[in-house]
Amino acid sequence: MGLAKRIIPCLDVDNGRVVKGVNFVGIRDAGDPVEIARRYNEQGADEITFLDITASHEGRETTVHTVEQIAEQVFIPLTVGGGIRSVDDIRTMLNAGADKVSINTAAIHNPELVRQASQRFGAQCIVVAIDAKRVADVDGQPRWEIFTHGGRKPTGIDAVAWAVKMAELGAGEILLTSMDRDGTKNGFELGVTRAITDAVDIPVIASGGVGNLQHLVDGILLGGADAVLAASIFHFAEYTVPEAKAYMAERGIEVRL
Amino acid sequence: MAVIDYGMGNLHSVASALAHVGADRVVVTHDVEQIRAADRVVFPGVGAIRDCMAEIRRLHCDELLQVALTEQHKPVLAICVGMQALMSHSEENGGVDCLNVIPGTVRHFGQPLHDAEGLRLKVPHMGWSEVRRVSEHPLWGGIPDGTRFYFVHSYYVTAADRSLVAGSVDYGVCADAALARDNLFATQFHPEKSHTAGLQLLRNFINWTPAC
Repeated sequence: MGLAKRIIPCLDVDNGRVVKGVNFVGIRDAGDPVEIARRYNEQGADEITFLDITASHEGRETTVHTVEQIAEQVFIPLTVGGGIRSVDDIRTMLNAGADKVSINTAAIHNPELVRQASQRFGAQCIVVAIDAKRVADVDGQPRWEIFTHGGRKPTGIDAVAWAVKMAELGAGEILLTSMDRDGTKNGFELGVTRAITDAVDIPVIASGGVGNLQHLVDGILLGGADAVLAASIFHFAEYTVPEAKAYMAERGIEVRL
Repeated sequence: MAVIDYGMGNLHSVASALAHVGADRVVVTHDVEQIRAADRVVFPGVGAIRDCMAEIRRLHCDELLQVALTEQHKPVLAICVGMQALMSHSEENGGVDCLNVIPGTVRHFGQPLHDAEGLRLKVPHMGWSEVRRVSEHPLWGGIPDGTRFYFVHSYYVTAADRSLVAGSVDYGVCADAALARDNLFATQFHPEKSHTAGLQLLRNFINWTPAC
């Protein structure tokens, strides 16, 4: 038996509260990231990703405090992303208890940040988040570009080439989100997932668009992803993490049961 | 109990996991007196080996570790890069001499890396892999053979003395997942991030009375 494919529930957090809501049976406070993280931990999630969408400076301090609280109670890897702009931001999150940080826009403005962070803290804790959107084909071949600002602003950067560059600079993992699919529940964009997993030697997490358990299976078997990330299917208790793992295991995917 | 802090990243998780399983008075420190006074020592590590070794030597953590191991005979648990630092030499960062507490090497997985069926394996080895029990040990108590633990590393350990291997993991190569000698236990995986099995191993560590 080899390495298990990972299931990663994602919490979108604004000012210390989980947005998009959650709908667990028996949960006291559907917006409390600490309680929700603990619940996923108990369910057997393989990691947790905490995406900070807080805009204000004050809110960022709340985030640090929340990360500290989660790290005291959750004994699986914790990735924190959103608003990471500098080596100091990374250090703050690691010191608060994050195991990995996810760098997105800052890597586009300053790719050297990825190299510096990787050399300072080790590749294992540097995740580069890529928000990709399909653009016009080139010579009949599909092409995806990096977009910022929630998928509104094109950068002109080819998503596959960017992933390769990030791996060369020292990223330990890629978190790939399809902006065409995010929030649609239509499944991952498998084309870009496959293109990137084939192009890099580091692990790739597929994200964006999960609406059912078959989508998770497709992300791994067809997209070649090493891990799958989902938010709403778990938050609204449509499926539990054990249900997802059982479904994947039945289809021949190695998971941690 | 002392968690040796040589300034290389997040030790918060190790300390809180130890506290969670009942360790009292966990201190994260590089203070000589605190480490000497501790009844148990954890030697963690994350990051690149060259920086780790530089800080270990600058803060005299190597000497403190030797005292704990060979003079005071305290239980010592080394984790991840902490385990790698115990070996003789690492290939990382162009080659770095390590502490030589356990003779052996630390090598890169190499790319491309494939499993027995020819499937490509990603590096770093990141995620949950089954640890095969090679020898019985009190720290394996209550943990079934083949349990998955959380790994994240690009370099792997091979101890020269194969009788010290307590657990192994297959990832394109057969890597040492755990080493044991007298009052020392070392893991390549992160028990503090390995959910219930990891917490059980830490619980076993705080209850461990080595025979030596």
